[in-house]
Amino acid sequence: MTDQTSLFEYLLRLGDNTLVLGHRVSEWCGHAPVLEEDIALANTALDLIGQTQMWLGLAGEVEGAGRSADDLAMLRDVWDFRNLLLVEQPNGDFGQTLMRQCLFDAWHLELLPDLTRASDDRIAAIAAKALKEVTYHLDRSSETVIGLGDGTEESHRRMQAALDLLWPYVGEMFTPDTVDDAMHAAGIAPDLTALRARFDTRIDAILAEATLTKPDSSFAQSGGKTGFRHSEHLGHMLTQMQWLQRAYPGATW
Amino acid sequence: MTPDLTTIWDWLDQVPDPEIPVISVVDLGIVRDVAWQGDTLEVAVTPTYSGCPATSVIAIDIETALYDRGIQNVRIKTQIAPPWTTDWLSDKGRAKLADYGIAPPSPAGGPDACPRCGGTHLTRISQFGSTPCKAHWRCDDCLEPFDYFKCI
Repeated sequence: MTDQTSLFEYLLRLGDNTLVLGHRVSEWCGHAPVLEEDIALANTALDLIGQTQMWLGLAGEVEGAGRSADDLAMLRDVWDFRNLLLVEQPNGDFGQTLMRQCLFDAWHLELLPDLTRASDDRIAAIAAKALKEVTYHLDRSSETVIGLGDGTEESHRRMQAALDLLWPYVGEMFTPDTVDDAMHAAGIAPDLTALRARFDTRIDAILAEATLTKPDSSFAQSGGKTGFRHSEHLGHMLTQMQWLQRAYPGATW
Repeated sequence: MTPDLTTIWDWLDQVPDPEIPVISVVDLGIVRDVAWQGDTLEVAVTPTYSGCPATSVIAIDIETALYDRGIQNVRIKTQIAPPWTTDWLSDKGRAKLADYGIAPPSPAGGPDACPRCGGTHLTRISQFGSTPCKAHWRCDDCLEPFDYFKCI
């Protein structure tokens, strides 16, 4: 794989993560348990979609085939997506959505500071912009996970179930492959072992305060970021997200 | 005759923010540079939040304002580095925000006082408010809710 190909793949991973999670979170719009949470979810989704425009815009530029961020988001099918399996998992209940968000935010908030020091200025600039927003995302998702985990018997039970369900999707963030290795060698991406250690410190503290028990299995699902095997959920999500372009190809406004 | 840059900055200072029309796009600190490139006026604009839907409206409003003043060629350049910070809000903008009922950003991470009654017993309701740049607070003195322009 050439450096440019690895860079393109890596940018697709960053952009597809924020795109798929942004879309998932936007599914709550108008459905959240209380108005303040509805607004918070919509704002988070909006930040993530904004970050997607920057990451996929740069991916299209690096690829050099004339594809825009919109083309990449709306005109690829499931096998060309490079997001983590975690972000494509369905929303479940409110607690499950916030658990997924917290696991993602804790990773995101450790990754972005490294990317602000990337050898590529364009990546550093996007990361610096996103970092400010993601700081607020983790503030809220961790507070909510703590509040619900250390809440009533029912909310605790649901948060533990959400953690047990989602934990097997965490390992993929830290399992390096040739793209990660090439980006680390190029001075762009961090060493994933060091990133994992920082993630664990952060998430352990949150889960302890939430009185939740981290599953002791290290089993990790894989196949999302390589595109080798997404879960069945992504294809269904794309039929909704890409509906307009599929029904009316090339439609613009 | 080509208008000088000071005049152009004055014109831009009359373009309101579409979401918070009491402050201008210059007050907000999102106009980063204005320069002539040949016969084209290039305006560098930075987004507040990366997904803020007002960003594209702001670009159109700036273009329209400059065309109305007779400038023929305008190019809006999006500049994301360095990232926007609330430190770039002008003092005039901060005062206008407070008058309008939005507590201006404070490095302490929360509002200094209620923009309505000046009370200092304040409770955060949500970090996320009616637009990406605002949080939702309540004054425990006058019991009114209010927006806080959050610090980033």
